[in-house]
Amino acid sequence: MTENLGIFVGKKTKAIVQGITGAQGSFHTSLMLEYGTQIVAGVTPGKGGVTVHGVPVYDTVEEAVKEHPADASIIFVPAPFAADACFEALDANLKTIVIITEHIPIRDAIQLMNRARQLDAVVIGPNTPGILTTSECKLGIMPSHVFKRGVTGIASRSGTLTYEIAAGLTARGLGQSTCIGLGGDAIVGLNFVDVLKEFERDKQTLAVGLVGEIGGNLEELAAEYVATEGYSKPVVAFVAGRTAPLGKRMGHAGAIVMGKAGTAKSKIEAFEKAGVQVAEKPSDVAKLLSKKLAKPRS
Amino acid sequence: MKLFEHEAKMIFAKYGIPTPRGGLADSAAQAREIATKINAPVVVKAQALVAGRGKAGGILFAESPDEAEKAAEKLLIMKIKDVSVRRVWVEEKVSSRKELYFSVTVDRANRCYVAVASSAGGIDIEEVAANSPEKIVRVLIDPVYGFGAYHARQVAKRLAYNGAQMLDLASIFLKHYQMTMELDVEMAEINPLMETIDGKFVAADTRLIIDDNALYRHPEFQKRSLEEAELTPQELKAQKSKLAYVKLDGDIGVIGNGAGLVMATLDVVQLYGGSPADFLDVGGGASAEMMAKALVIVFSDPRVKVVFINVLGGITRCDEVANGILEARKRVGFTKPLVIRLVGTNEEEGRRILTEAGIHVLNSMEEAAKKAVELMKAAGD
Repeated sequence: MTENLGIFVGKKTKAIVQGITGAQGSFHTSLMLEYGTQIVAGVTPGKGGVTVHGVPVYDTVEEAVKEHPADASIIFVPAPFAADACFEALDANLKTIVIITEHIPIRDAIQLMNRARQLDAVVIGPNTPGILTTSECKLGIMPSHVFKRGVTGIASRSGTLTYEIAAGLTARGLGQSTCIGLGGDAIVGLNFVDVLKEFERDKQTLAVGLVGEIGGNLEELAAEYVATEGYSKPVVAFVAGRTAPLGKRMGHAGAIVMGKAGTAKSKIEAFEKAGVQVAEKPSDVAKLLSKKLAKPRS
Repeated sequence: MKLFEHEAKMIFAKYGIPTPRGGLADSAAQAREIATKINAPVVVKAQALVAGRGKAGGILFAESPDEAEKAAEKLLIMKIKDVSVRRVWVEEKVSSRKELYFSVTVDRANRCYVAVASSAGGIDIEEVAANSPEKIVRVLIDPVYGFGAYHARQVAKRLAYNGAQMLDLASIFLKHYQMTMELDVEMAEINPLMETIDGKFVAADTRLIIDDNALYRHPEFQKRSLEEAELTPQELKAQKSKLAYVKLDGDIGVIGNGAGLVMATLDVVQLYGGSPADFLDVGGGASAEMMAKALVIVFSDPRVKVVFINVLGGITRCDEVANGILEARKRVGFTKPLVIRLVGTNEEEGRRILTEAGIHVLNSMEEAAKKAVELMKAAGD
C-alpha cells in the first residue's frame, strides 16, 4: 500500500463543497474534480436535489455526509453566511475545512477558530487560495498548471505570490509536495508553526518555503520555532512588503500587543537570526531552495 | 474603518463611559460658542484621522472663549500630513492626577481579543510597553466566556485601585468591552484615561476602529465611510470601484492582482532603483472592466510617469486583463509609457489580444520591473 504524500489532504480525502451552486463554487468544483479531488457532495441551503458537475447537492451538511461519508469541506459561501457554514461543517465532524471566502468579520473568525480547536479540527483560511497536494488533491482555487509533484513544501500568506513562487520552483525542476495558503485575514486557522510541524513529519517533503508578508507576528513565531526546535529540514523564506509604508498603525494597542513585530525588517531579522535564509526577490526562493537541496546534509 | 475622535467620543459616551464635556465646530465662531457654554478652560483639537496629531501642533489649549476662537481659526487652516483640518473638537480641559491606559484589540497569534491596561498611560505608552513590560496588564479574552465583571475588577485591582474607585474603573472597562463586541470593533483605546484630582475617571482621548468586514451589520457606519474619510481623488475613485489602492510617494504606477504579489512588485521596483507611486490590487478574478478602471485611475495621477502592470493569472484570466487594458486605451488613451507582465490562466489569448493591438508583453516580473525603472529614468532625462 502506498503511503499518503504531503500534508493535511491527499488521495484519500473525501470532501464536500459548501456553496457549490454559486458561480465560484460551481466553477472551482469542476476544476477540483478535473485535478482528481474526490468531491463527494455539495451543499446549498434551498437547492437540495440538484446536481452540479455530477455532484449531488443537499440542503444541509448533515444530510450530505450521511449519504456520502466525508472528512473535509471547502467553503465558497458569501461572507455574512460563511461562519455559519463552517460551524455546520465542524458540527458534522468534518476535520479539515478550507474557507475560501474573504471578508468574514473578525469576531466570527475568532469564534470559529475556538470551536475548531475544541473539536480538534483544522481550519485553512479564511481568505485563502486553499491547499493542494500535488497529483493527489486540490481543495482550493489555485491554478493547477503552476504546480508539479516534488519535494518542497510551501506555506504562504498570499495567493498570487504563492503561484509566482511555485511557478518559479517548477521552472527550475523543483516540484512541490503540498502548497498551503494560510489565508490573508487577521485571524486564520493555521500558522506557519503548525505547518512546519506537519512538513517535518511528512516523508515526501525535504525542504520548506515560507512566504510571509508584513503584519502580525506569524513569521517571527516561525523563526523562533525553527531556532529553538532545531528544525530538521532546510527552510527558506520570502517576506513581501519591505518597502510598504507604515500607514496601517492601529493606535498604540497594536504596537503594545505585537511589540516591534509586524514590519518586514523585524521578520527578516528574526528569520536570519534563526538560520532561515531570506530571499530578496520571489524568484530567489527557488534558487535558494535548489542550493539547499543540492548540498548533502551533515 | 477609523473613526474621528469626536465620533468615537460620542460612542464611548453613549455606552456610559465618562468623557469631557465638548462639542464639534467647523468654524471659529462655533468653537467660541462651545467654549462659552463649557464656561471653563478648554482644549481645541483638530479632527484628523492621521496619527501624530499632537506632535504636528493639532492640539491647543484655551483659557477663554476668545482664545478658543483664535485656536480654532489657526487649526482650521492647518494641514496635518497633507490633509486639511475641516473641524475641531472643543472640550473641557481635565486636570488629572494620573494618566491610565486601556484598550481592547485583536491578538492575532492567540486568535482572540485581548484587554490591555496600564497605570502609566499617555503618549509614551509604547516605550513603557517595550521597556517596563511589568507595567502592562494583559488579559486574553476567552471567545466563549468573554470579559466578565470579575476580569474588569481584576484589571482595576492590578492597576492598584481599591474600593469605590476600583469599582468605577471596572465599570468603565466592562462597558468598553461591551461596546467592542456590540460594534464589531477591531481596536478601541482610551489613552489617556485620566484620574481627575477628585478621584473620578474620564476618557480624555479615544480611538476607535471598526472591523471593515463587519460593516454590513452596522449600517450606521456605512453611510459615512466614503464622504467622511480623508482620501485623495484617486483613493476615492478606487474605493468606489472596490479596488484596493494606496497612494505612495514615487512615480511608477503599479497595478497587480493579489495583495502579496503587488507588495512584492513594489519591493522589486525599489530593489532596481525605482520608486512606486501607488499600490493597486485589482483583486482575484478581476474583470476587464475592473482592469480598465484601475488603469484609468493610475493614469489620472499626475505624479505617475510610467505604469507597470504585473498580473499572474490564477482565478484572474489574462484575456480579461488584456481586454481591460485595451478598454482603458479606448477611454483615455495611453498618455504614459506602459510595461506589462502577463502570465497564467489564458495567457496565450491575453498575449494575442495585446500583441495584435501592438502592445508588448513581458514574461518575468523582474525583467518587467527593470524595464519600468529604465523607462522612468529615460523619462526623467
